[in-house]
Amino acid sequence: MSDGKITNATNQTLRRRPTALFNVRHFVRAGSQVGLAMLVFIVLGWLIWRGALAMEYNWQWYRVQPFFYKSIDGEIIWGPLVRGLIQTLKLASISGVFAILIGFLVAIARMSSSIAGRIIATWYLEAIRNTPLLVQLFLFYFVLAPIFGMDRFWAGVLCLSFFEASFAAEIIRGGIQGVDKGQFEAGDAIGLKARDKFRFVVIPQALPLILPPLTGLLISLIKHSAIVSVIAVAELTTEGLNLISDTFMAFEVWFLVAGIYLALTISLSIIIGLFEKKLNSHRRTA
Amino acid sequence: MTNNADQTTPQSTPIVELVGVCKWYGEFSALYDINLSISNGEKVVICGPSGSGKSTLIRCINQLEVHQAGTITVSGREVKPEMKGIEHIRRDVGMVFQSFNLFPHLTVVDNLTLGPIRNLGMSKDDATKTAMEYLERVQIAEQADKFPVQLSGGQQQRVAIARALCMKPKLMLFDEPTSALDPEMISGVLDVMIELANDGMTMIVVTHEMGFARQVADRVVFMDNGEIVEIADPETFFNNPTTDRAQLFLSQLLSH
Ligand SMILES: Nc1ncnc2c1ncn2[C@@H]1O[C@H](COP(=O)(O)OP(=O)(O)OP(=O)(O)O)[C@@H](O)[C@H]1O
Ligand SMILES: [Mg+2]
Repeated sequence: MSDGKITNATNQTLRRRPTALFNVRHFVRAGSQVGLAMLVFIVLGWLIWRGALAMEYNWQWYRVQPFFYKSIDGEIIWGPLVRGLIQTLKLASISGVFAILIGFLVAIARMSSSIAGRIIATWYLEAIRNTPLLVQLFLFYFVLAPIFGMDRFWAGVLCLSFFEASFAAEIIRGGIQGVDKGQFEAGDAIGLKARDKFRFVVIPQALPLILPPLTGLLISLIKHSAIVSVIAVAELTTEGLNLISDTFMAFEVWFLVAGIYLALTISLSIIIGLFEKKLNSHRRTA
Repeated sequence: MTNNADQTTPQSTPIVELVGVCKWYGEFSALYDINLSISNGEKVVICGPSGSGKSTLIRCINQLEVHQAGTITVSGREVKPEMKGIEHIRRDVGMVFQSFNLFPHLTVVDNLTLGPIRNLGMSKDDATKTAMEYLERVQIAEQADKFPVQLSGGQQQRVAIARALCMKPKLMLFDEPTSALDPEMISGVLDVMIELANDGMTMIVVTHEMGFARQVADRVVFMDNGEIVEIADPETFFNNPTTDRAQLFLSQLLSH
């Protein structure tokens, strides 16, 4: 191909974009907005502090360090909040893996030509979406766990897995359906078996569509995992409850527990954001 | 099996045979009683107005669309809806789409090697070697490590042709391969197709490129309304179409 040259084209160096000048008005406006937001937070904090003062709440922040760890004879012993955090991580990561696997199978079943597969997948989705999570948890803990001999941890894991999988299934199905129909046809036309077509053609193109909403799902999984405290699985929320009944430091403990969840979900977002960036760096701009 | 252009096969053996093929989309009859037999090495151009069922017809041959009545035979084997082992038939049938349909997440060379590795069981090295040969043939070997979006439309379509050829097909289907291209890109793609025709490939080409049809086609199939209306050699078809519908179609085509 020969790209036709325009005669007397202005040299690129003469067409340099002017560098943006520092705009004082923008800076002031942005600064005042940030200041306003800060003010709202300060007022909120002050109200809570005044409220606590009015009910003569006895803040004991100096006592919280052993909630995290104790050091006995130079040996570090993790406190209840760290142990709870580890359990929460374990619970959420196992459930997350299961949820994605089950979700993938359900998505495939829903799109398959197998009538049985479609019926099962649809019934599963309807059942999960139209009953309260708490009731599902009780079903798993009081009915399925004794029948199948599971402990409370695994009852919690399976309940969360099946619950989140119903959302994962729809996310994955949406991602797969977002891939251009011509891509499926091209895969068929070069004689790929269905499995290869998914593995080498469809999934790699669906992944960038699936990943962002799946991030949201994993974050809500971490938050939803708190519900297993009602069947006394020893995760972060349960440990928080136990601490309060031991120490009566409800305010400090709930602030800490919320802060830990927040730190967890925000760092997960950041990690996945970096991963996505890396994934997209392989994609060219059109 | 992977060897194309079997020399011992007499010219008359049909490589594709459609007998009484019908296809409906819901209640809409897209193909009706299609009978067409294409012999080894033959080049057939299919033309007809938009919506006449040209794409549907060639897509039934490799079962991208399923037919509901009649039989389709490809090199002696009947293709049936939802059959097992359709990939064995598809390896013999290359297809080139109007919109290229290259795999955007794979480099050009990976686009070409995927089928041979996964379907023909070739090693990566052998598949790459074959891929480079075909890229050479369509004159874009130097673009092997680029991604499809980095190529022009004409280059992409030539990659798509090379991708189909890498499977060593016995038959090539083209569905309006040049109609999505800018005018200056068309001839490069047509040249590749003409060369392929000269090498003896069996080709079924949906196209409105009359020059190509005159130069390459053994027969022109004219379709309208899901039916084959007229089959003739290109000279006869373009100069003396026998049916009114073909005359009308040609006059409209020329008036553009
Ligand atoms: N998936 C589908 N569902 C319903 N109708 C369809 C579908 N695909 C094609 N059709 C209809 O079948 C008829 C034939 O379509 P086909 O694509 O084969 O036409 P064509 O001859 O290739 O036309 P064009 O020149 O526009 O590509 C058209 O009327 C079209 O609307
Ligand atoms: Mg068409």
